[in-house]
Amino acid sequence: MLIIDRVEVVYPNGFKALKGISLEIPTGQFVVIVGLSGAGKSTLIRTINNLVVPVSGQVSIDGQSITQAQGSQLRQMRSQIGMIFQTYNLVKRTTVLRNVLSGRLGSAPALPSLVGLFSREDLLVAHACLQRVGIPEKAFVRADALSGGQQQRVGIARALAQQPRVMLADEPVASLDPPTANSVMADLKRIAQEDGITTLVNLHFIDMARDYADRIIGMRDGEVVFDGPPEQATDQVFTNIYGRSIDTAKDLIAG
Amino acid sequence: MMTPPHRSFPQPPLKPRLQAVVSWGSFGVLLLYSAWSTGFSFPVLVQGIPDFVRFFGNMWPPDWRALPEIITPLVETLQTAYLGTVFGTLLALPLIFLSSRNTTPNGPLMWLVRGWLTVVRSVPDLLYAAVLVGILSFGPLPGMIALVIFTTSVLAKLGSETVEAIDPGPLEALQAVGANRLQQIVYGVIPQVSATLTSYVLYIFEINVRASTVLGFVGAGGIGQLLRRYLSFFDYQGTAVLLLIVFGVVLIIDSLSAYLRTKLI
Repeated sequence: MLIIDRVEVVYPNGFKALKGISLEIPTGQFVVIVGLSGAGKSTLIRTINNLVVPVSGQVSIDGQSITQAQGSQLRQMRSQIGMIFQTYNLVKRTTVLRNVLSGRLGSAPALPSLVGLFSREDLLVAHACLQRVGIPEKAFVRADALSGGQQQRVGIARALAQQPRVMLADEPVASLDPPTANSVMADLKRIAQEDGITTLVNLHFIDMARDYADRIIGMRDGEVVFDGPPEQATDQVFTNIYGRSIDTAKDLIAG
Repeated sequence: MMTPPHRSFPQPPLKPRLQAVVSWGSFGVLLLYSAWSTGFSFPVLVQGIPDFVRFFGNMWPPDWRALPEIITPLVETLQTAYLGTVFGTLLALPLIFLSSRNTTPNGPLMWLVRGWLTVVRSVPDLLYAAVLVGILSFGPLPGMIALVIFTTSVLAKLGSETVEAIDPGPLEALQAVGANRLQQIVYGVIPQVSATLTSYVLYIFEINVRASTVLGFVGAGGIGQLLRRYLSFFDYQGTAVLLLIVFGVVLIIDSLSAYLRTKLI
């Protein structure tokens, strides 16, 4: 169980990004968060691995507060939370395998890892993760030689290498073409189901949110304005989340 | 009817034009003042031309018997430059990460390191060599230490600028994975900067080779010491050989290093 308890985030410039969010997310649920840019989606998922620290409230995972964790305890908790990014955030000048292995850094012994030494088990996990995202043959290729969809698969493999209990995905398919976006989302959902990983995904696309989510959370101006199963997320609901008609563009073209 | 361009078309604002006049004006004044106070004069330069010719005439023909004498101090010079670059680089590496905003473990420490590096950089390497010769006596050691100081301070500065310009994305990813600070540097920063840093090190080595040829003038060993001896004994034909050899070696090292640097990026 992931509990977000009255979390408030204020950025140094005074911007109130989250205005007291409370959510309970059962283990294994696949949650899609929708909302306009600037609504607080990225901030919200970053409070879950404490990359963004709330000014009040806290996030706890299976009863353990990550907001209050520090030092090695914080790193240990982070090592169980995978994260995927819109721009993949791979180290482009190194091999795919090394990128995936970096997912083991939170749990691998620190000193050997600094000189690039990993245990046989770490290597097995890394290769298995590449297998699961369908690109085992790319292990020794440099990351910048891959296509966008393949790079995001490496990003997923890196997060999987953590053998996480929670997976966070910040606009994971926003930089991909629609077919690739769909297949990456399908991979993400399949893996989450197979491993029972609690997953939170920020998405722009309404159709995709309906297709993949167990639960949709709509955010506007740092607040939750919708929380329910996809069947209840009607066009009217989305209009409310976005604060304007989702068909405005079409209306304009139709004249 | 088309109106012809009116007399009162918009004028550029006055302030930038005034600024231009002031900056070019002060540039000119400074130039004239410097020329006057250093006694620079074209007539003297022109009158000196026959002396130039005589000086270079004295160098002809080069006396190649000087060659065996040159080899040992030349090798010493290159070794000085090499050791200075290697040790300087090793010392610079930790300082790079301590003095970069995105990798430093501690803000005040970062400013301390930066300030100290600025002070160290403000002294020219020849001056370090001269002072160190006074402390450690003649020989290549003070020259090498001067180059270590130069390499460390310059590489730390250039390196931290490179580190601060990296893509922050991979660092965020490694933080999210639970990697500690050192792991973040090894896995997120070094792969992004290693090619540029290697290129800087090669470039600094080129500078050090050139610098180490003159270090001998203050007694810090190597080929410069021999050059000073040739000049003070008016052995211009030996000087000619020495200059030709140094010219050739520096040219080879520079072009080799420039070639390697193009291969890196």
